[in-house]
Amino acid sequence: MVDDKAQSAKKMDVRYVANLARLSLTDDEVAQFQGQLDHIVEYFNQLRALDVDGVEPMAHATPVQNVFREDEVRPGLDRDTVLKNAPEHNPEVIMVPTIVE
Amino acid sequence: MTAYRVTIGLEVHVQLKTKSKMFCACSTNFGESPNTQVCPVCLGYPGSLPVMNRAAIRLTVLSGLMLGCRINAFSKFDRKNYFYPDMPKNYQITQCDKPLCSGGGVDIEVDGKARRIGITRIHQEEDVAKNFHYAKWSGIDYNRAGVPLMEIVSEPDMESPEEAFAYLLALRQILVYAGVSDCNLEEGNMRCDVNVSIRPEGQKELGTKAEIKNMNTFKGVFAALQYEIARQMDVVSSGGRIVQETRRWDADLGQTFSMRTKEDAHDYRYFPEPDLMPVVLPDALVAEWAATLPELPAQRRERFVREYGLPEYDAKVLAAEKPVGDYFEIAARQCPNPKAVSNWVMSDVMRTLSERDIPITAFPIPPDALAELVKLAETKVLNSNTAREVFAIMLAEGGRAGDIVAARGLAQVSDAGAIEMIVDEVIAGNAKVVEDFRGGKAAAFKFLVGQVMKLSKGKANPQMAGEMLQRKLSN
Amino acid sequence: MLNTLTLHEIVEHLERRECRSEDVVQAVLDAIRRKDDRIHGYLTVDAEDALAQAKAADVARAAGRTGRLLGVPIAVKDVLNVRGQPCTCGSKILKGYTSPYDATAIARLRAEGAVFLGRTNMDEFAMGSTTENSAYGVTRNPWNMDGVPGGSSGGSAAVLAADEAIAALGSDTGGSVRQPASFCGCVGLKPTYGRISRYGLTAYASSLDQIGPMTKTVADAALLLEVMSGLDPADSSSLSVPVPDFRASLQKDLKGVTLGLPREYFVGGLHADVELRVQEAIEVCRKLGAKVVEVSLPRSREAIATYYIIAPAEASSNLSRFDGVRYGFRAAGAEDPIDLYKKTRAQGFGAEVKRRIILGTYVLSSGYYDAFYLRAQKVRTLIRRDFEEAFKSCDAILSPVAPTPAYRVGENSADPLQMYLGDIFTVPVNLAGICGLSVPCGFTADKLPVGLQVVGPALGEEAILRVGYAYEQATAWRSQRPEFSGSLS
Repeated sequence: MVDDKAQSAKKMDVRYVANLARLSLTDDEVAQFQGQLDHIVEYFNQLRALDVDGVEPMAHATPVQNVFREDEVRPGLDRDTVLKNAPEHNPEVIMVPTIVE
Repeated sequence: MTAYRVTIGLEVHVQLKTKSKMFCACSTNFGESPNTQVCPVCLGYPGSLPVMNRAAIRLTVLSGLMLGCRINAFSKFDRKNYFYPDMPKNYQITQCDKPLCSGGGVDIEVDGKARRIGITRIHQEEDVAKNFHYAKWSGIDYNRAGVPLMEIVSEPDMESPEEAFAYLLALRQILVYAGVSDCNLEEGNMRCDVNVSIRPEGQKELGTKAEIKNMNTFKGVFAALQYEIARQMDVVSSGGRIVQETRRWDADLGQTFSMRTKEDAHDYRYFPEPDLMPVVLPDALVAEWAATLPELPAQRRERFVREYGLPEYDAKVLAAEKPVGDYFEIAARQCPNPKAVSNWVMSDVMRTLSERDIPITAFPIPPDALAELVKLAETKVLNSNTAREVFAIMLAEGGRAGDIVAARGLAQVSDAGAIEMIVDEVIAGNAKVVEDFRGGKAAAFKFLVGQVMKLSKGKANPQMAGEMLQRKLSN
Repeated sequence: MLNTLTLHEIVEHLERRECRSEDVVQAVLDAIRRKDDRIHGYLTVDAEDALAQAKAADVARAAGRTGRLLGVPIAVKDVLNVRGQPCTCGSKILKGYTSPYDATAIARLRAEGAVFLGRTNMDEFAMGSTTENSAYGVTRNPWNMDGVPGGSSGGSAAVLAADEAIAALGSDTGGSVRQPASFCGCVGLKPTYGRISRYGLTAYASSLDQIGPMTKTVADAALLLEVMSGLDPADSSSLSVPVPDFRASLQKDLKGVTLGLPREYFVGGLHADVELRVQEAIEVCRKLGAKVVEVSLPRSREAIATYYIIAPAEASSNLSRFDGVRYGFRAAGAEDPIDLYKKTRAQGFGAEVKRRIILGTYVLSSGYYDAFYLRAQKVRTLIRRDFEEAFKSCDAILSPVAPTPAYRVGENSADPLQMYLGDIFTVPVNLAGICGLSVPCGFTADKLPVGLQVVGPALGEEAILRVGYAYEQATAWRSQRPEFSGSLS
């Protein structure tokens, strides 16, 4: 299924996209980013002129495959070290505001 | 009253039985103190990178083979991006368009009707952390984050809660058999997302489905499906429409509830995982792994009937758990009467296992020793009483049946002369009972046989004793 | 003064017992004390810890221990995890985070006895070309205090230029080692993708990132490259190739070497002095015996667009982990986790990072993935093919590193796209996964450094080091040091 909303010259819904990225923006930021990002996305459109039929996407810069590790246990980090980095924690777990399911 | 057809699809997440996590070397042990099996990788620390656990890939491929799937020669990982407190990186490494396995199925039987439930795909991914909820805050334990998960997606082939239940049981049996997972539901080894929809009989197009996520008991799946199907029928038949949504099952209330709709539908923005390289499985490697597969439970059942002449019932019981079947086979191969071995395993052995709450792998009597005991009983060296006596001694003290019989002189007495002496003694010493027997009291005969057994310290061959008594008393 | 010496000179002095590591570190600390409050190349300098490391190295040396870098202080871009040290990545969102582990490259340097002295400033999460995007202040270019040092490894480049360091580490995703090296008149190398392990390098764009040595001389870069390179089981993208003796490829002539000049790169748009210096450098190479041919990189035009789709896309995902939960900054007053994420990220990230996260999220989102991300990955294949074709007729490609010398601080803040266009010569190297070296090739009339870029094929570091070294030895740019005053006018 070829998705191509980009065909229509719709401007980016900056707030919507920022929300996907869990970023809240001020109105000023939205206004500023809107212009800058639309300008950049417009610049991206030059790629459409290229014929990429039959060209494989370059997902990796190295021609490597089958990189595995053996199923062995090795010591990790001790809990104190982990908790010390956490902004909020009790002696055992990292704490966050209540998760509402 | 409109008749409805039900369509059920299940996505089962299975924790694989590896020692270490999917992308790092932390232990996968269950039940450890929170946040003691963690490292920069499974915590999503800056700069950390995943590295694939070869054993996990192998177990997923084995599962695919067991379930009749096609093992894809080329397979890759992708990132599924979404934010949640149990996600250390706020993306999950999973497989989107090129899973390890495609196709396959599971055979089930419900009410005598056999069906094959299709499998769409099996892919590899990583488990999430565990959240604990308290009044004012939630706590996160990352021990589980990164444990290898296999997701088995069924075709929407099931048509009733019974079929879903049977599918889950059959699937679990196969996976435990293959040693792929312990499928221990209490430890969260196996979780299930349920998709269910209804449509009027005759309508080809599937109805709108509801999803019930993270079910962790089979009974729960059954009950939730019963409720949800009824709920959907209720809604539709009163003119309403089913909303495509995620619902949660409340076991206490016995109802599904709509989950609070999230702010936006999930756009997971899948893209190929740049930190992991593709998995290319040559046929030779898959064949090498395939050679390590145990036979499926169904195959073993059928072979037990065929090879050992066992009744279907016995075969089913013995093949249900692989270690039990293994035990039976070792013993049966050393005894001319496999049915006798089967009887012993199904009764005395399994009863002991139940009483002691131990698995057969911890059972004190090894299968070859049991075989020896059974042979002694079959050749009438022991009768049923003395055989049980020896069994109990072997349980308590160990040792071989032959040695125990010799040491304690437990061999059944089948010498006609010796038995005759005891029979004569009993007849002589129980004149009143003999009178009763001659007078027609059957119970008296039993008493007399009992006395022969008693006098012989249980060693007399009861059959011979009975025959001899019978003969002497009818004179 | 010890701090003005090269890494090789320091190693030699230490091995000859002509000085102690403690003396070297002290000299560097003194230079930092004298200059860094104005240059602001460093974000953190733990003098006590550095001296302790130095003393330990001296003790070890006395006890007979050897190591190719024993007792040599190295400055670290604040993007690399060094156990026990901060790692802010130039961002507020990682304030308070202490690394619990060493990056593999760091561990390898440590195994050779290196001393880690100071954490250098950078554009936030490596996104930027001037180091102005740091949440912790601007770094000044020692050659001109009104000028930027380049970015994102601007701090490392500046401290080298000011002799506030002996050698430094940077990271390069679209030019972030080469461009600041060129703006500050030092050497910067981006290895072939997979040459140096990325384990412990805070990820910006996973398929483009590489750690790169930043040094005063080409030989110094070769040594650091040697120590850091090699297969790492902790990085699935690292290459399983043997590490050559890179320094063995350094020779003083270029006989038998063919150099390619991409016709698309020299069609105007270059700052006049940059063009002149690069042309002069090409001449020097000819005199050293190199043959010079024209090559073509037809997809050069699309490189910026391709890069600025792929890098932000990967970054948007890599930066999702910064959510205030496990480490770093957490916003106050959040009512639930989603609120926590939104507030923490809003307050913790700077504008450029937000822009790129939004851009990256957009090009991956439903309805746009095919047109942008997928298409860009295909164009990337075309760009790599361009280089493969070009390297059939040459051993290395020469170009400017940047179209201009260092900008003024504040010059480019209005239009992000304008800033992006400055990466035109550097991003193709990352996109193709090949290697590139920046060596000083002179100055503009305003005494701002200009860098020559030498690009090699995948695993072609020996070729580019050879070219860079021969050129460097035939010129004397290093004899000029910044006067540490003056301004652009």
